Amino acid sequence: MTAAISVSALVKTFGPTRALDGLDLTVHEGEVHGFLGPNGSGKSTTIRVLLGLLRADAGSASLLGGDPWRDTAELHRRLAYVPGDVSLWPNLTGGEVIDLLSRLRGGLNEKRRADLLERFELDPRKKGRTYSKGNRQKVALVAALASDVELLILDEPTSGLDPLMEAVFQEAVNELRGRRTVLLSSHILAEVEALCDRVSIIRNGRTVETGTLADLRHLTRTSVSAELVGAPNGLAGLSGVHDLEVDGTRVKFEVDTDHLDTALRALVGSGVRTLTSQPPTLEELFLRHYEDEAPAGGVEEAVSS
Amino acid sequence: MTGLGSLVRLALRRDRLLLAAWIIGLVGITLSTASTLEELYGSVDSRQQLAATAGSNPAFLAMLGPLHDASTVGGVLAWRWGVFGSLLIGLMSMFLVTRHTRAEEETGRLELIGSAVVSRHAPLAAAVVVALLASTAIGLLIAFGLLGVGQSAAGSFAFGLAFASVGWVFTGVGAVSAQLSESARTANSISGGVLGAAYLLRAVGDGAGDQGPTWLTWLSPLGWLEQTRAFAGDRYWVLLLPLALFAVLLVAASALVAKRDIGGGLLPTRLGPARAPASLGSAFGLAWRLQRGMLIGWTVSLFGLGAVYGSIARGVEQMLEANPALEKILSQMGGAGAIVDVYLASIIGIIALFSAIYVVQATLRLRGEETEFRAEAVLATPVSRYAWVGSHLVFATAGTAVVLAAAGAGAGLVHGARVGDVGGQVVRLVGAALTHVPAVWVVAGIALALFAVVPKLASAGWAVIVVFLVLGQLGPLLQLDQWAMDLSPFTHIPKVPGADVTAGPLLWLTVVALGLVAVGFAAFRRRDVG
Repeated sequence: MTAAISVSALVKTFGPTRALDGLDLTVHEGEVHGFLGPNGSGKSTTIRVLLGLLRADAGSASLLGGDPWRDTAELHRRLAYVPGDVSLWPNLTGGEVIDLLSRLRGGLNEKRRADLLERFELDPRKKGRTYSKGNRQKVALVAALASDVELLILDEPTSGLDPLMEAVFQEAVNELRGRRTVLLSSHILAEVEALCDRVSIIRNGRTVETGTLADLRHLTRTSVSAELVGAPNGLAGLSGVHDLEVDGTRVKFEVDTDHLDTALRALVGSGVRTLTSQPPTLEELFLRHYEDEAPAGGVEEAVSS
Repeated sequence: MTGLGSLVRLALRRDRLLLAAWIIGLVGITLSTASTLEELYGSVDSRQQLAATAGSNPAFLAMLGPLHDASTVGGVLAWRWGVFGSLLIGLMSMFLVTRHTRAEEETGRLELIGSAVVSRHAPLAAAVVVALLASTAIGLLIAFGLLGVGQSAAGSFAFGLAFASVGWVFTGVGAVSAQLSESARTANSISGGVLGAAYLLRAVGDGAGDQGPTWLTWLSPLGWLEQTRAFAGDRYWVLLLPLALFAVLLVAASALVAKRDIGGGLLPTRLGPARAPASLGSAFGLAWRLQRGMLIGWTVSLFGLGAVYGSIARGVEQMLEANPALEKILSQMGGAGAIVDVYLASIIGIIALFSAIYVVQATLRLRGEETEFRAEAVLATPVSRYAWVGSHLVFATAGTAVVLAAAGAGAGLVHGARVGDVGGQVVRLVGAALTHVPAVWVVAGIALALFAVVPKLASAGWAVIVVFLVLGQLGPLLQLDQWAMDLSPFTHIPKVPGADVTAGPLLWLTVVALGLVAVGFAAFRRRDVG
């Protein structure tokens, strides 16, 4: 599988702020890649480097086999971009902006344009200044999704969309699956879980995890609660078991996914009456990666977005 | 009014540098002009001589108004700087009001404030208070400064307050126009149009001296400044007119605030087309769409300005014929015909400076697109950076020729109709106006280079115009060193019609402009966007 995007050891500083600090990112051709991180972690900065809007201070970035800084115009023929905060020309209508952007990219699929407008319930006759944030986002999304390009770069594309419209967006991306490479930056985990083949998690301008959702689940914990026949035995001493709460014969704990088997054996030893287990969610993965940063604080600066 | 105090403090905090620059700049130019006048025209005789020559020059009448009393330095200052200076204080006031009302609303920041404990009228009131404070401070500082250099108290305060009163009126104008439109740009255009009309009304009223329709000056806030007659009678009661107009405008603005929604305007927004026209499919098509309104507005305005000035040219001749003594002096200088040419050459010089405002506005549109993140959307398409910059620069540069030609055509048509030579005068004056194009291009080049090299300081492009205006308009009077006046590209343009045109300066000014543009393109290709 060839890489549509390959970034390594990327560094970008703005004055004293190190927005990107050795970031790595690989997006394979044809996949939907989630790009996760909290506000100010460097997602938008990375995307702007990939679009040739910013020049990296160090490291390398390659996009569709080209250099994003040098081969800007040729590369842009093959991609469509939706910024995180869409700003429209106040006196152009939504329909005009969609046509303009897709003509600049070299044309659009008329049928899909009409279809997307209908599904997103967007009135293309309104002037840019009268659209709400969500509707501005829809204008950029329709323009991008209706373009016949190889790569979609979407920077928090659903911020401002209501849940119904978010579902429409997910549906539209799923329809394009396999025919487009998608880089989807987000901090909405449900969206990434629903859409993405692989995920990269970044923090403070650095990649902290990357892999398929299944890969990453190995790093997460399953929460288990059970009612046992007798008192629990030996659970407390097991490695990988956390936050154990024992209330008579009821137990509640979290266990690292790779230690699930031993923990369950320990439960069975005491006899199990009822058992509920919750599979790990990205939410937890996410929280675990950021929880240790909360007390540190101060490092995060809103450099991108 | 709840929240007024905190909003005023917020505005003063945000604008501390901007306000300081305006206040120090305007007071500084005024007082340094006064002290230089004192040095150069210290004696009554020298001032009377100035009054006899420059004071009765028709070009100066139309541009600056009459010199009522040259017996004091203050009188000369009031004539030479009053109208021009008050144009600047008018601009300051309307920009300040728009900046803290409509611009805040457009970006959505006012919504944040509106949701806090502030009354509905507080944001407008705060903007008005800040603008009033600024213009009054400027007026008073000027008055005390003049007092300090030994001018009469009555005259100093009459001048300072009359100066400030133009600021008061345009605070009111800004307050009303901010309610009318949904965009700050349009609001400023409306206020700018009113300022231009005020200047023109008094230009027509003053242009032909006592022979002309002098009553027109009573219809213009800038005319009121002249009618206050600082250092020439000190008619304080005239200041009641701007005060009254300010009060009326303020009442109107607050009535409009009560009527409309936050973010909305009074001029309704209609639905537009669902599809883009074929012309909107390239960087150039987009630039045309974004620039055309401004270009058409400037073309029409400068055509009108040219026509108004052109209509005075004939009156200039008549004024000279009515004054045999003056005519004799003038004929030694080349005859009445030559004097009309001198008049036309100076008004075309002024119009060229106005067109520099257009060119900076058109060029800095690039920066506006960048800071509002719309450049990003375009530059993420196959449009190259060169093409994007070029698409706007085409309008700045070719637009310069268009607006200047329009001004020349306006002057030529009206003046030609009066002297019975429409074809000849149109060609002559369009040619004369176009001679200034290379100097305006240098301004475009400076604005572009600033945008590309130091984007955060791009708006210094405006300061460049003020510097050139001061060098060109005050330089000769203040007898500045030639090298200082040579800094302005406009100094090098031959004074046409009348003077011989040599290709030399026009060529090298064009080369300088091209060099600056090349720097701009190269630097923008290398820098970060956003």
